[in-house]
Amino acid sequence: MVLTAVFAVLFYIATAILVIGIAARVRRYAKTPSPLVIPTTPAPTTRAGVTARMAREVILFESLFKGSKWTWLFGWVFHFAMVLVLARHLRYFTEPVWGWVAAIQWLGLYAAFAMALGLAGLWARRLLVDRVRYISSPSDHLMLALLMGIVLSGLAMKYVWHTDVVALKAFMLGIIYIDYKPLPADPALIVHLSLVIALMIVFPFSKLLHAPGVFFSPTRNMRDDPRERRHVTPWAPERS
Amino acid sequence: MAKSEFETPEIKRIPEIPPVRIGSMAHSQPFRAKPEHQAPLGFPGELVDDWKQVALDKMGELLGKYRSLQVFMDACVKCGACTDKCHYYLGTSDPKNMPVARQDLMRSVYRRYFTVAGKYLPKLVGAVDLTEEVVEDWYRYYHQCSECRRCSVYCPYGIDTAEITMAGREILDAIGVGQKYANEIIGKVFKIGNNLGLPEPALKDTLEGLEEEVEEDIEVPVKFPLDEAGADVLLVTPSADFFAEPHVDGLIGYAKVFHQAGISWTLSSHASEAANFGLFIGSYQNMQKVAMRIREAALELGVKRIVVGECGHAWRVAYSFWNTLVGPFDFLDPNYPVPQHICEFTHDLLKRGALRLDPSANDDKVVTFHDSCNVSRASRMGDFPGGQFVIPRELIRAACNRFVDMEPGTTHEATYCCGGGGGLLTDDLVELRVKGALPRVQALSRVIEDDGVTHMAAICAICKSQFTKVLPYYGLGMDMIVSVHQLIGDALVFDEH
Ligand code: SF4
Ligand code: SF4
Repeated sequence: MVLTAVFAVLFYIATAILVIGIAARVRRYAKTPSPLVIPTTPAPTTRAGVTARMAREVILFESLFKGSKWTWLFGWVFHFAMVLVLARHLRYFTEPVWGWVAAIQWLGLYAAFAMALGLAGLWARRLLVDRVRYISSPSDHLMLALLMGIVLSGLAMKYVWHTDVVALKAFMLGIIYIDYKPLPADPALIVHLSLVIALMIVFPFSKLLHAPGVFFSPTRNMRDDPRERRHVTPWAPERS
Repeated sequence: MAKSEFETPEIKRIPEIPPVRIGSMAHSQPFRAKPEHQAPLGFPGELVDDWKQVALDKMGELLGKYRSLQVFMDACVKCGACTDKCHYYLGTSDPKNMPVARQDLMRSVYRRYFTVAGKYLPKLVGAVDLTEEVVEDWYRYYHQCSECRRCSVYCPYGIDTAEITMAGREILDAIGVGQKYANEIIGKVFKIGNNLGLPEPALKDTLEGLEEEVEEDIEVPVKFPLDEAGADVLLVTPSADFFAEPHVDGLIGYAKVFHQAGISWTLSSHASEAANFGLFIGSYQNMQKVAMRIREAALELGVKRIVVGECGHAWRVAYSFWNTLVGPFDFLDPNYPVPQHICEFTHDLLKRGALRLDPSANDDKVVTFHDSCNVSRASRMGDFPGGQFVIPRELIRAACNRFVDMEPGTTHEATYCCGGGGGLLTDDLVELRVKGALPRVQALSRVIEDDGVTHMAAICAICKSQFTKVLPYYGLGMDMIVSVHQLIGDALVFDEH
């Protein structure tokens, strides 16, 4: 019972920190102006063009692909496997489970291995390439360890110490609908949930801010039309 | 060529990414500005007493004023994609010249004072106190960045180290630690009107001399008008065009184009400089003040159009920023883009059949083209994205029969900086400039070997001066560098013959 209460409270706190933290950050980004037109050119000249550029950046990691093929490969595999895995997890939060979520369950399983592979690749680069090693601080390794821990504990629940997922789902739905049900006391599950909570809490204070940040990057989201449209900013002094 | 105290890097046919050599460029820094260089720009003359607080306040101010800085400080994931993209890293092996490490010089201070994680767990996230040591490092390595934006092309979040370098220099200026070269030049622009400190009478003489020279050469009375009210076009060009080699041949080229097209034009003694070093030091106010002279000159002379000569960063400021800084330009003819690049201008005439070119005039040359950073990655020519790559190449092809591009990955938006941009074109940074030119020189050497290239055309005054200076270190001739408009000028056919 104590375990259930502790995790229920932790989940509320972590969710609040995650949501409020990111919202505050996004608000700050949105409020801070870009006084000058600085897209990295060649850049689209229209809004539609910018949307397409941003979509390529977010979905395909276009710039990273130009920059480093290995990092792109590992990074892309990791992120898209993560999307699948997260989608797969929706079944713990919905009743009845949506059709498409049920349909991708098998895919999500493979994706978990792909995530681990992607993370391992990224970590290997961080350790082996002298330039990347130089720029890494302890938090960069810790972040990888955290993510790897989440993936491995998740896999362990499936393949090593089986967790009672029916009870787990009841616990999760209980948190959402304020109708508390006990959390199964499986070690792998406890580790898994603890690490996820930790990730949610550090998100708004860490480099994970790259996720909202990319949408606000002026070199990517500005149109190349300074001759056609006069760009003005409140703080910038008008010519004398 | 002066005897050098450093080793010129070896040219490799297949370029290599060098291993990290910590501190290998820690000795490199430019001369510091004296009080008299700082004052005209509104900066304190020497290190202020409470410099730490002033610096942090300035940093806080900039974080609130520039979304780029704020987002870039947070978003980097240390993926490393940018680490091998900077010509200064490739040429020096100093890890602090890797773009992300250059950013980290500021990011570590940002984290310490502006983030929760850095306040409480500095060691964990690599946060550091702002100490004198840190300020020294900023001064060194924010003056080993040419603000070329190459790193921003490859970063998954578009992080542009140039923005951070500019903020770094702005903070340094705010505490009284300025760079002599850039700040002295801006002072000269305020006082005399151009970077070189060339006063009006000298400019007039120079232009008259050019008229005589050209007339003697081709027997055509090509004019170089100065302060001619009522002319159609105001030409604003880097002052190096007035006498430096090979720049001046470019100026002659512009004049010939105007002459053949029959379009009246003028230079201005009030705005006898296209360059705007306010950009380099990240100072909005100074950049605006420098740009203002051009608006004033255009109004005073009553011109209908403004055309900008061959200069990279000047074109960035003109194309991307003028409208914001000193616009709107509603007093000019709306049928033409404001401003217009001289290459756009000439290209337009060429398309309309208003120019007669005989490319065989350049048959003694095999030409390649060096894309300038600020034109390639920070502005545009023409009416479609990437026009800045197409237009100069079409001009060169129209003026030369033999043109070869350098290897992909070293041209267009991936172009390597000449090594002297961003306010680093000064003799106190020669080692950096020579080493930073390595990636470009390697690509150039390759087309020299494989295709017999004899000349490299450029459209930037800084690139031209930089290559003239550093190519000899690599055993290449300084006269390899030509202006695009020199090629045009030499190929123009005049009937009056
Ligand atoms: S490419 Fe961008 S995100 Fe990656 S290390 Fe460089 S600056 Fe950071
Ligand atoms: S802007 Fe250019 S010089 Fe500066 S860090 Fe990036 S690549 Fe290097």
